Amino acid sequence: MTSPHEQKKRKVSGSVVVTANRLGDGAVVYRTIDDDWTTDLASAAVLAAPAAAVLLQRAEADGVRAVGPYIAPVEFGADNRVLPGNLRERIRLAGPTFTLPGAA
Amino acid sequence: MQLVKSGRIVEDRYVRIADDAPIPDGVAVIVSDARFLANAGALLQRVEPVGVLWPNNRPIEALAPYLGRLALVALAFPGFRDGRAYSQARILRERYGFGGELRATGQVLRDQFLFLLRAGFDSFEVSKEGDAAAFVGSTRRFDVFYQPTGDGRATAFRRRLGRPPQAVPAGTRAHAL
Amino acid sequence: MYRYDDFDQTLVHQRVAEFRDQVGRRLSGALTEDEFKILRLMNGVYLQLHAYMLRIAIPYGTLSSEQMRMLAHVARRYDRGYGHFTTRQNIQFNWIKLEEMPDTLADLAGVKMHAMQTSGNCVRNITTDQWAGVAADEIEDPRIWAEVLRQYSTLHPEFSFLPRKFKIAISAAAHDRAAVAVHDIGLRMVRNSAGEVGFEVQVGGGLGRTPFIGKVIKPFLPKRDLLSYVEAVLRVYNQYGRRDNIYKARIKILVHELGAEKFGAEVEKEWATIKDSALALDPAVIADVAERFTYPDYERLEDNPPALARARQEDRAFAAWLDNSVSNHKQPGYAIVTLSLKPVGAPPGDATAEQMDAIADLADRYSFGEIRVGHEQNLVLPHVAQKELPELWQKLEAHGLATPNVGLVSDIIACPGLDYCSLANARSIPVAQELTQRFRDHKLASTIGRLHINISGCINACGHHHVGHIGILGVEKNGEEFYQITLGGRADEDARLGTLLGPAVRYGEVADVVEDVVAAYVELRKTPQELFIDTVKRIGIEPFKERVYAAR
Ligand code: SF4
Repeated sequence: MTSPHEQKKRKVSGSVVVTANRLGDGAVVYRTIDDDWTTDLASAAVLAAPAAAVLLQRAEADGVRAVGPYIAPVEFGADNRVLPGNLRERIRLAGPTFTLPGAA
Repeated sequence: MQLVKSGRIVEDRYVRIADDAPIPDGVAVIVSDARFLANAGALLQRVEPVGVLWPNNRPIEALAPYLGRLALVALAFPGFRDGRAYSQARILRERYGFGGELRATGQVLRDQFLFLLRAGFDSFEVSKEGDAAAFVGSTRRFDVFYQPTGDGRATAFRRRLGRPPQAVPAGTRAHAL
Repeated sequence: MYRYDDFDQTLVHQRVAEFRDQVGRRLSGALTEDEFKILRLMNGVYLQLHAYMLRIAIPYGTLSSEQMRMLAHVARRYDRGYGHFTTRQNIQFNWIKLEEMPDTLADLAGVKMHAMQTSGNCVRNITTDQWAGVAADEIEDPRIWAEVLRQYSTLHPEFSFLPRKFKIAISAAAHDRAAVAVHDIGLRMVRNSAGEVGFEVQVGGGLGRTPFIGKVIKPFLPKRDLLSYVEAVLRVYNQYGRRDNIYKARIKILVHELGAEKFGAEVEKEWATIKDSALALDPAVIADVAERFTYPDYERLEDNPPALARARQEDRAFAAWLDNSVSNHKQPGYAIVTLSLKPVGAPPGDATAEQMDAIADLADRYSFGEIRVGHEQNLVLPHVAQKELPELWQKLEAHGLATPNVGLVSDIIACPGLDYCSLANARSIPVAQELTQRFRDHKLASTIGRLHINISGCINACGHHHVGHIGILGVEKNGEEFYQITLGGRADEDARLGTLLGPAVRYGEVADVVEDVVAAYVELRKTPQELFIDTVKRIGIEPFKERVYAAR
């Protein structure tokens, strides 16, 4: 729930992913293990927090496909599904928490 | 780094001299503000042109006594978001009538060339790939200007005067002052 | 309406071409994000949590029906079918792709709209009274001066990279509907002892982390000197405003650190050197700008026509709307109609493409094709014949635009918060939605009377919580959303900042706390006419504090 800027400084422990926004349309994307980006959290590289620094560095070097990469926490659901680790990340993945105008 | 002057990429005839280095004869030099102020008398006696690199956090008014004999003032853009030197440039040109070369140094993007030109700069140290070559195109993007500055371009406010009034759309009336 | 001429139009088109080139260089990798960021912000493009946001200027809050239809088109074609009207006379679209930004802007340029300087560290969209030109209590139409300043500040060669953003507001009425005291420069049109009209100049007001009410540094500035004086203020700020700390970079900190008197003296010194330059406004130039404003050719009508009185008697719902949302116009027989964008349970300030089209049609039919946008995130039809109010009301009802809650407790101002904004600590919109549910009963709301609730999702204060009668600020505690509540703020001519009620409360408790505060007010007010804000002023916040925290 803090800005990406603050989140970088904040210690994220446990399991994490590297996330960013896609340059062309701003969509939320996650870094994969083979240095690509995906909109599907299930396909993201999930790492222990200390190991994510390297993944982040490589993501930062990729300045054209995605913008503002940072490390974000994840959790595991009952079926071991990867889930966002806080409210901010849940909103990034699922969109605003209310019905959008005109969508009702 | 490339130098653009009068719209063209040119050779820089000035040598930038570090504060602890001797000042060579026979070449045009640029020195720091501190060195300049400490030796202004002697420096301005030189045959070759002298310029000063002035930081953006030191009041530009301090240069006023020397402007008549200074060949160049280089102003600093430590980052492209830091716009202090735009004000310094206008003060030099418009208040003190500085007529020498006014150079933009540091981080400037092609997207800022026109602003710099309008503020009174006439030479530009350009570091970003492709920007020097794009100079002319970037500064001709606009031909409407709203503000009067020392570059003398006519503002839209002025250019409108003397033109026939616009037609008032049906069902409305114009404001009467 | 202001009529753009070919100069204005040319500039807007040239700006779109420039921005298309900038986007192209970013997408190709020629510009880094760090470089592109200042360029996109100067053209209103933000990156939010899920997508890019585009903020479009609505200069001095005046829109034509044609422009409104274009906004509907943009919502449909490039976004997800809706837009959000902000507190600064802008509209934001939340889902536009960067790749499609240039086309979006080209479409907007076709109706003379643009996104120039709706963000970035430059002079932002100049705002004014949403009733300008029609308010009974104004000295003259402040939009003429907002337009002079709009032109002057657009693509300014010296002031496009200021230490921080710079907001100017102008008001010409006895009642300040433009919140000038919380702007970097606040201009109030006043008459001096000689009867001349000029400006009282305030500087250094603003909200955010360190809120300040503006201080008057020039009690009377002649009209001819408006631009030279504003230039002097900007020049002093550009050179001496702090750049070492983003939270101390606004002019309010400079004014505070120097003191208003010293700051004013610096401005005077600078001003003396440029007062008689080309910036001095020639009467011919002022007349030329003024002439570009057109006003409806009103019919000669009587106030309070019989049809209106009849409708008021026959229909209680119509009467409630009339009393709440319709205000006096300076032209006899006409009225100013506010369209509430705060229906129960909806995100404050949002309008769908269908509503935008409907509003455009209604503006053509009933309001000489003109619409206004106010800083309370509502819209206005500024010139409606009183005899047509019953018919207009029915049509507004059909589009969900006649909720009679203007100025009441459910007319909430909320920033986008954590549902969109990457800087947020907590959500704002769902809090507002819950509150509108709690106060949905019109009888209850009108018993409570005028009460402004303002919600911000973080200390940046885009929801102006400091000046809400009840202010709600989202903070974060251990990864959870918490909210601080303040009471007693106001943004009008008696502007003041609210006082903190007590410890922050959880997301789920906010609506209960607000209900308690309001219930306490209803019990404690001296008479049913005493407004919430006046009760707080009279008795302080202690009684409210007791009530709220005793039970928790
Ligand atoms: S107040 Fe904070 S959360 Fe709300 S829109 Fe502004 S920056 Fe975002």
